Amino acid sequence: MKEILNTLSVWILPFIISVILIFGACKKVPVYETFTKGAKEGFWVAVKIIPYLVAIMVAVAMFRASGAIDFIYKILKTPLDKFNIPPDTLALIITRPLSGSATLGLFGEIVNTHGADSYAAKLSAIITGSSETTFYVLAVYFGSVGITKFRHALLTGILADITGVVLAILVSRFFFYS
Amino acid sequence: MNFIWLFLIITSFIFAAVNGKMPDVVNAMLKASQSAVLIAFSLIGIMTFWLGIVNIAKVSGLMEIFSKLTAPFMRLIFKDVKNNSGAFSNITLNFSANALGLTNAATPFGIKAMQDLQNENNNKSVATNAMCTLLAMNTAGFQLVPASVLAILTASGAKNPTEIILPTLIVTSITFICAIIISKILERVF
Repeated sequence: MKEILNTLSVWILPFIISVILIFGACKKVPVYETFTKGAKEGFWVAVKIIPYLVAIMVAVAMFRASGAIDFIYKILKTPLDKFNIPPDTLALIITRPLSGSATLGLFGEIVNTHGADSYAAKLSAIITGSSETTFYVLAVYFGSVGITKFRHALLTGILADITGVVLAILVSRFFFYS
Repeated sequence: MNFIWLFLIITSFIFAAVNGKMPDVVNAMLKASQSAVLIAFSLIGIMTFWLGIVNIAKVSGLMEIFSKLTAPFMRLIFKDVKNNSGAFSNITLNFSANALGLTNAATPFGIKAMQDLQNENNNKSVATNAMCTLLAMNTAGFQLVPASVLAILTASGAKNPTEIILPTLIVTSITFICAIIISKILERVF
């Protein structure tokens, strides 16, 4: 399963690019000129994202540095103890939607301190692997087209994150908890 | 978003004052603005490349063919999007790239899809239902194989790192479907 998917990941991009280029050539599209014409936009899209990305990443970084996460952690710790969530994993759960690199950092730490075969490592692996950095995704996608009123998108993202965590806990209890 | 942004920054200052972490917070503020710009700039190369390739697909008419092929499925989720907008092909490519863990390729497709949806949008600063659904699909983070997690587990000497693939797949699939449903329910309220 893993080998098949790995091979697929490597071959899919060359395949897509070849199909697009060959189809274009067959339709007598001047591929080089057309490429450069479309590619021109790339720079401006990235530049357009900057204000949105700065706004969100600065707010999230400040929030993390202020120790507010420790506070949320303390509030949630007692009620969640019943579900046998290792404390380090709880910190990872709170960090997951805010920062992708910090989550991988925390995950690395959990694997180092608890061991790669521990329950904490497995639960954290499932949570990290099944979710995304919600705030970053919102900033990039909405920023690229200048949307400032997100409506229900953030709430949806957070509710989905919570669903994911609850499922991850249930599923890893079933598979790994002894 | 106004409220959440304000909330994050003001609570940061309050907690920093209480915890005596003001220097850290100020430092984080300055550093994060720099790293945000670096991240945006690191997108330039891949964005430029994919937008070039996608333009060939668009001019040659391949995008339209692909859109028609995926339209029956897309129509189930994105009811109010026009068939000919090109959004369907870009959303499909965005989803496929995400599923395969090709985040670098997924972002340009996703942004291109957002631009297509924005063309149909009457109020350019407010997100449409379709945009929110697309965002839900992306924030849910559906992925067939969690490559970075597996890499860390393998590097740390896990006995059987691949045993997390199936549970992760179960969680990520159900979450993905839930995210779309939640988005559909909330779009009536907001």
